[in-house]
Amino acid sequence: MALNTDPHFFEPGVRYFRDYSPGDDFYEALIEAHRELSDEQSHELNARLVLLLGNHIGDLSVLREAFDVARRGVLQDR
Amino acid sequence: MAQDFVYPKFEYLTPPEISEQRAGHYPVVIVGAGPVGMSTAIDLAQRGQSVLLIDDDETVSVGSRGVCYAKRTLEVLDRLGLGERVVDKGVSWNVGRTYRVEEEVFHFNLLPEPDHQRPGMVNLQQYYLESYLLDRLRELPQVEMRFRNRVNAVEQNPDRASLVVETPDGEYAVTCDWLVVADGARSPIRHMMGLDIEGKVFKDRFLIADVVMNVDFPVERRLWFDPPFHPNQSVLLHAQPDRVWRIDFQLGWDADPVEEVKPENVIPRIEQMLGPDIGFELEWVSIYTFQCRRMSQFNHGRVLFVGDAAHQVSPFGARGANSGIQDADNLAWKLKLVIDGQASSALLDSYSQERGFAADENILNSTRSTDFITPKSPVSKMFRNVVLDMARELPFARKLVNSGRLSVPSYYTNSPLNTPDTDAFAGNMVPGAPLDDAPVNADSWLLHHLGGDFALLVDVGQAQAMSDEQRAHWSDLAAQLAAETVPVRLWLVTADEAVPGLDTLVDTKGRLRERLDLQVESVYLIRPDQHVAARWRAFDEGRVREAVRRACALKGALH
Repeated sequence: MALNTDPHFFEPGVRYFRDYSPGDDFYEALIEAHRELSDEQSHELNARLVLLLGNHIGDLSVLREAFDVARRGVLQDR
Repeated sequence: MAQDFVYPKFEYLTPPEISEQRAGHYPVVIVGAGPVGMSTAIDLAQRGQSVLLIDDDETVSVGSRGVCYAKRTLEVLDRLGLGERVVDKGVSWNVGRTYRVEEEVFHFNLLPEPDHQRPGMVNLQQYYLESYLLDRLRELPQVEMRFRNRVNAVEQNPDRASLVVETPDGEYAVTCDWLVVADGARSPIRHMMGLDIEGKVFKDRFLIADVVMNVDFPVERRLWFDPPFHPNQSVLLHAQPDRVWRIDFQLGWDADPVEEVKPENVIPRIEQMLGPDIGFELEWVSIYTFQCRRMSQFNHGRVLFVGDAAHQVSPFGARGANSGIQDADNLAWKLKLVIDGQASSALLDSYSQERGFAADENILNSTRSTDFITPKSPVSKMFRNVVLDMARELPFARKLVNSGRLSVPSYYTNSPLNTPDTDAFAGNMVPGAPLDDAPVNADSWLLHHLGGDFALLVDVGQAQAMSDEQRAHWSDLAAQLAAETVPVRLWLVTADEAVPGLDTLVDTKGRLRERLDLQVESVYLIRPDQHVAARWRAFDEGRVREAVRRACALKGALH
């Protein structure tokens, strides 16, 4: 499996003493990016994020796997 | 009520300032006999400092209130002489489980590694903790306690603070060299002094119900997101001693605080949760909202703020009382050095700097937990629910589940008291770190031996291989360090056995070397509050002296 599903957040130059801190940093930044947006704007923000991060990852084998895991999750869940 | 605890009533005595019509002056006055004020008083008294402790009440905390006391707090309480009592009476736990609807999605272990004396957390009603603190205070003749004494006015000049205190016999005035303010979240003294505290209020209400029941639930923290018995909200369950269980229901901002605490409204909520077969009695009910905020500065001239008076956090993470007791731990040794003229008030600036950093960290973590547990927007709630869903299968998502990041001590990595590393060490015990505990000697623990004074740990390898000359060298050094203005206690670390006539920590299980990345000749300087001040790969007396001076914020460090 090329898609990394282990905890993988970090910030160069930052030393963490608690293992949850980098993930919490990410999650706070994500929710902050949505602050005071309407539902529709949030939807658009998510689309923009997927496009930006998809390009950054680049490796289509990874992205296809991610699309698949995400889609299966949605269809199983609701 | 199946209440096993009997509330003590403290006797009011007419203060000598009134009965003898005389002026009173005290080196230290502490206002507020909650866990933080009392911890500060005990710590100062153990250092030989006389203290006047005053409080406007006449009994301990009414209701269980603060319940979770973290490993680091227990280690501080050990040093204050009541850790064992708290652990014996309390309910120790390490595992927390998180459920979505009915399914477990994630669990954490606060203390996954072996060879620590204290558990990750102990649950104990606040009234027990306060009773034990009071019992300890009564053993210390340096402390005078006055109950039903309310501070009505505070002033200060560069040399002293003065107070006007109200009692059942009328008002009296006292002055003090140092005033420690531990008068809680609403802090009347903070208001009297016109000092700001900034942060934000969370628009949510929570219902606490302490119930007495005979159940064999696991002794774990359990948190439910959206459970069938309380849909769309969160519920938290904690075990306490005396068969008491703490249930915390999220109610939302629109809940009516007067109606919701009525037994006829509380009992059905609990019945929904427990089902029809479990009998229970209500012991205590309360509804709360909370704020996350802190003063920008904790020391103001002669006045020092500690605990909730200085900073407040959301309850998710048990970071309130725990951080307050760590304030006391940080402040007491510094204040004593300043009072004794061995350090300047610059050392008290480091109290504000270090504990302000800790307050920021506590506010950050408890705010993040709150935002995860009670999301404030539809998109935030969607992300939260997707994380919970993905957490069933994907390890990265489990790490993002934030059901409360429980109280842990801060690493003061940016403190001016630290001597920056010049040698390489592995692991986390960097300058500013709270020292990890480790088993030592036959049946003992590292942290029990440290604290009070500065400590210098020197790894000398094998005691059996030590020559008489080496032993004489360390013996001379131990005597010199103990005789310094700021005394330092020398501890030799060995792998095999004690060095005759010298304080030795025998690293019986190898954990000390592992956790501190010690090699033969490695040296650690530990502060009186058990944080790392400096470390080197080889002993150098001049560098040790300079690091001690730096850790006391003394100007003109030696070269």
